[in-house]
Amino acid sequence: MDFLKDPLKVTADWLLGIFAGWGMPELWANVLIGFLGIFILVALLMALDIILVWIERKVVSRFQSRIGPNRVGPFGLIQPFADIIKLLIKEDTTPEGADKTLYNLAPILSMMSVLILWAVVPLAPSILGVDLNIGALYIIAAGAIGALSIIMAGWSSNNKYSLIGAFREVAVMLSFEIPMLTVMLIPTIFTGSMGIGAITQAQDTWFVFLAPLAAVIFLIAAIAELGRAPFDMGEAESELISGYNIEYSGMKFGMFYAGELLRAFTFGGFWAILFFGGYRFFGLEQVSAFLAVAILFFKAFIGYWIIMWVKYTLLRIRIDHMLAFNWKFLTPVAFVLLMTTALMNALLANAPAWLYIGGMFLSNILVAWISLEVARSTSRRERERVEGAKASMPEVAQH
Amino acid sequence: MTIDKIIFLIVAAGTLIAALRVVTTGNLIHAAFWLIATLFGVAVIFAVLHASFLAVVQVVVYIGAIAILFIFAVMLTRKDMRDQGPQLNRNWGFGALLAALAFVGLALLVHGWSGVTKTASAFPSGFDAVSALGNALVSPDAYVLPFEVASVLLVAALVGAVYVAYNRK
Repeated sequence: MDFLKDPLKVTADWLLGIFAGWGMPELWANVLIGFLGIFILVALLMALDIILVWIERKVVSRFQSRIGPNRVGPFGLIQPFADIIKLLIKEDTTPEGADKTLYNLAPILSMMSVLILWAVVPLAPSILGVDLNIGALYIIAAGAIGALSIIMAGWSSNNKYSLIGAFREVAVMLSFEIPMLTVMLIPTIFTGSMGIGAITQAQDTWFVFLAPLAAVIFLIAAIAELGRAPFDMGEAESELISGYNIEYSGMKFGMFYAGELLRAFTFGGFWAILFFGGYRFFGLEQVSAFLAVAILFFKAFIGYWIIMWVKYTLLRIRIDHMLAFNWKFLTPVAFVLLMTTALMNALLANAPAWLYIGGMFLSNILVAWISLEVARSTSRRERERVEGAKASMPEVAQH
Repeated sequence: MTIDKIIFLIVAAGTLIAALRVVTTGNLIHAAFWLIATLFGVAVIFAVLHASFLAVVQVVVYIGAIAILFIFAVMLTRKDMRDQGPQLNRNWGFGALLAALAFVGLALLVHGWSGVTKTASAFPSGFDAVSALGNALVSPDAYVLPFEVASVLLVAALVGAVYVAYNRK
C-alpha cells in the first residue's frame, strides 16, 4: 500500500538499504539514487517521445481524412521504431562552411531545453523533481534556451533559408514570451506562489473557471512558442523549405523533431497543470501515485490533442500580422487581465468562495468582451480607411 | 573542501575562461555565444548561492533576451562576421593598468571585510526567499523608491526608443 502511495520514497529507501549493504557512504548513495531517478525519468520521456511520433502521425491523418501509418505492425505501431533505425543509419552530413561546434551543439541544446522542463513538473503529490518556488519563471528560462538552440542551428548551418527561418522563429518566440509570462502570473496571484507544485495543490477549483481568458491566452502563446501552425513562420515549408533545421540529417534532425513533439506535449501538460488542476481529479490522486500520473498524462494528452487540432486545421498567418496580433492585441489584453485579476483578488480577498469564483469569472468575460469589441471597431475603421483610399484612387489617376 | 566549494571553483573557472574568450575571439558571433556561456556561469553561481530567483532571471533576461538581441544586431548589421582589425589599440596599457587597479581595490575591500571568512548561516526552515525579496521591493521601509525610479527610467527609455524609431508619415 505504501508503494502505491509514494513509490519514489519506497524505492529510494530500498536502494539506499542495498547501497548501504555494499558499504557505500550515505552521501554518495543519495547522489547515485538522484542520478538514477533522472536517468529513469529521461528514459521514460524519450520512450514516450517515440510513441508521440506515432500519435501525431495518426491524428494528423485522421484530420486530413487519411489512414496514416498502418503497414508496419498492428495499427502501424512499429513504424516509429523503423523510422528511428532509418535515422540512425542515415549519413550524417555537415554542410560546407558550417560552424562545426555550434552545428553539433544546437540539436543537443534543443532536446535539453525540453527535458529540463520536466524537472519542475509535479507528476503526482509525491513525485516531483524539484519544488522550485519560481517554477513559472523556470519554464520561460527553459524556453529561452530553446530559442538559443534555434538561432545557433540557423546561423551555424551556413544556409540562408535556415538563417531566415531561425530569425522568424526566434522573433515569434521572444514576442510571445511576454503574454505567456504575464498570464502565468495569474495562477500565481490565486496561489500566492510561483511553484508549480503549490499551484497544483491550490486548485480546489480549477483555475480555468477563475480565469478562462488567461487559459486561452496561455494556449495561444504556447502554440506560438512551439512554432506550430498557425504560427509556423519559422518552418514555412512553401517558402523556407523547412526553416532552421534544413541542413540537419539523420539523428540530429531527429533530435529537433523529437524535441518539438515532446515540447508540444509538455506545454499541453503545463496547460493542464496551470489551469486544469494537474494531477488532481476529485481526490482520485490520493488513492495511488500511479493514478495521479495517469490523470496528469490524460489531461496533458487532451491539451496536446487541442494543439494538434489547431495545427492541422488553421492556415499560416503572415509574420507582420502575427507580430501585430501579439504586440497590439495579446500583450495589452494580458496586461489588462493581470491588473484586473490583481485588483479583484484584493477586493474579494475576504469574500465567500462562490462570490470569489463568480467575480473572477465575470471579470474575465468582461475583459475578453471589451477587448474583442475594441479590436473589432479598430479593424473596421482601418478597413474603411483602406477601402476609402482604394475608392478614391481612380480619381487621383485621372489628374 | 565541501561540494559547494568544488562546484563554485569549477563554475567560476569556466565563467572566467568564457569571459576571456569573449574579448579574444575574432568572430563576433562566437564572442556572443561565449558571452552567453559567461552569463550562464553567473546564473549557476547565483543558484549555488541559493538565489534561485536571480539565477532564473539571469537566464530569462540576459540569455533569453539581451544576448539574442546582440546576435540579431550583429547578424543584421554586419556582412562579415569577422573582426579584421587588430584586437588591441594604443590604450591597452592604460586599460590593463585600470583593470589591475580595480582588481586590487576590490581584493583589498573583500580582504578587509570580516564577513568573507564566515560561513553563511542557513535559511530558517520555511523561509521563502522569493516572497521576502518581493515584499522588500514593494515595502515603503525597504526598496520601493529605487524600484519605482528604475521602472520609470525603463519606461522612459522605451518611450524614447519608440520616438526615435517612429516613422512619421
